[in-house]
Amino acid sequence: MNTLNDPVATASSAPPVAVGAPLIHIRGVHKSFGDNHVLKGFDMDLFPQENLVIIGKSGSGKSVLIKCLVGLEYPDEGVVEILGKNLLKLSQIELDELRTEVGFLFQGSALYDSMTVRENLQFPLRRHPNRILPEGEETMILRTLESVGLAHTVNMKPSELSGGMKRRIALARTLILQPKIILYDEPTSGLDPITAKEIIQLILRIQAEQQTASIIITHDLDCARVIANRVIILVEGINYAEGTYQQLTSNRDPKVQAFFK
Amino acid sequence: MARIFGCTKTTFTLANHPYTYLPPGLRNFLTEVGHIAAFAGNFFRHVFYPPFEFRELLHQCYEVGNRSFVLVSLTGFIMGLVLSLQIRPTMIEFGAVSYMPSMIGIAIVREIGPVLTALICAGKIGSGMGAELGSMRVTEQIDAMEVSGTNPFKFLVVTRILATTLMLPLLVLMSDTISLAGSFLVEHFKGEVSFTLYFTEVFNSLAFSDLVPATTKSFFFGFVIALVGCYKGYTSDQGTAGVGRAANTAVVIASILVFLVDFWAVLVADIFYDL
Ligand SMILES: Nc1ncnc2c1ncn2[C@@H]1O[C@H](COP(=O)(O)OP(=O)(O)OP(=O)(O)O)[C@@H](O)[C@H]1O
Ligand SMILES: [Mg+2]
Repeated sequence: MNTLNDPVATASSAPPVAVGAPLIHIRGVHKSFGDNHVLKGFDMDLFPQENLVIIGKSGSGKSVLIKCLVGLEYPDEGVVEILGKNLLKLSQIELDELRTEVGFLFQGSALYDSMTVRENLQFPLRRHPNRILPEGEETMILRTLESVGLAHTVNMKPSELSGGMKRRIALARTLILQPKIILYDEPTSGLDPITAKEIIQLILRIQAEQQTASIIITHDLDCARVIANRVIILVEGINYAEGTYQQLTSNRDPKVQAFFK
Repeated sequence: MARIFGCTKTTFTLANHPYTYLPPGLRNFLTEVGHIAAFAGNFFRHVFYPPFEFRELLHQCYEVGNRSFVLVSLTGFIMGLVLSLQIRPTMIEFGAVSYMPSMIGIAIVREIGPVLTALICAGKIGSGMGAELGSMRVTEQIDAMEVSGTNPFKFLVVTRILATTLMLPLLVLMSDTISLAGSFLVEHFKGEVSFTLYFTEVFNSLAFSDLVPATTKSFFFGFVIALVGCYKGYTSDQGTAGVGRAANTAVVIASILVFLVDFWAVLVADIFYDL
């Protein structure tokens, strides 16, 4: 796990990948809650196999933004295209189908606490039986749990797990449907630095193994530096600045600099 | 707000509508009534269309029965016992003690059994659903279900309402039986009435017109209890304080609704059976 500072193991050492048609394409997204204008024309593209990090102050609308990508919130205005489909024009069935392609890791893990870990992982599978591989449900569950290093917790309830373990189980639950895109809402918040590093390594490994594209929201600059192919800074409801981590650290704009001080 | 309708895409405003000139208290009340009605409408919209969550429905039936079984039995038993003990002296005074079984039987089957069971369930099941769904909402578990491509309304709300609606009449029947057993004990030890005589008297005094309205209204009791509990929980926000409030108001509103339904049930039964 101490490979974190090894430049070879970090994604940011790789050149930004911006090849192929974008998996996520959003333009001019506006979202208000009453008089609170949270997003004011946000633009963003996510390319295949890219790790895109979004940084912003608390309350700047990062969670609202990625909720707009899975239909948990709907923008007041703007274009949201996921895998080439306009999210705002999908029927419920099409939307549910699309949602299996987009994994979402919640800020608070959001494990179903009346169910065991096994049942938590079974839940999405049972609802999308076409996603069950020939190896069978049980093997898939154990293999996915193994890939996050927690196969021994399979019969435990979420209340018996630590915060870091819950985060990893939630990740496993997201991975089990093999999504093409994964959205991480502050994957390392509330974890100690060592556990945070483990989660970061896990995200990088999953990205490498499954060739997923990810959007990672974070406050954690270490996390951003290690993971990001590209960073977007969300200020005042727009994509204020954009570039690789190195480009942004050398950006002279005071609002950008405020993040790296 | 938009979530109540199970479809986040619809939003509408009521700006400048005459409705906005009503006093705020009345307006809030009407809004709440409207939301609960919409929530109920949504239930009926989902209950007839697949996919059906049979496993979860069975699980919820088990939960409802299991959670309230002991409490309903205990209160029913004590109610039967106490009712007999209290009424007996007066009946002796009037020389009508032989009417005890029929009187207790009618009182329990028509009114006390259903209402008592419903109130106990409002406290036990309604608040439980409010708290459970409320905390699922607050910890984003409901959102997690939604993004995993499952309709959380169908999985969580429809199954709970259906389970409670189906289980409450059964609980009422059980409570009736146990109440009558309690009342029989009093009659047996104080009046030396035999088991056969007591229950023959009870069943002779009961007619079909007693059981049908009582059972029918039990279905409605179950429906409103779970409807309010689920509504309060499913739409709760404002963090953990909201969860407590959801559980609490669920009990209050469900209890009031139980009495309102009871009142209407008696009026309707009166028309059909000429009580
Ligand atoms: N459902 C909602 N109703 C009303 N306001 C909301 C809602 N969701 C979010 N907001 C508001 O939108 C703003 C942005 O919230 P959001 O959760 O996206 O912040 P964030 O950038 O994720 O912050 P944090 O880093 O603390 O998680 C906040 O001011 C919040 O009050
Ligand atoms: Mg957030």
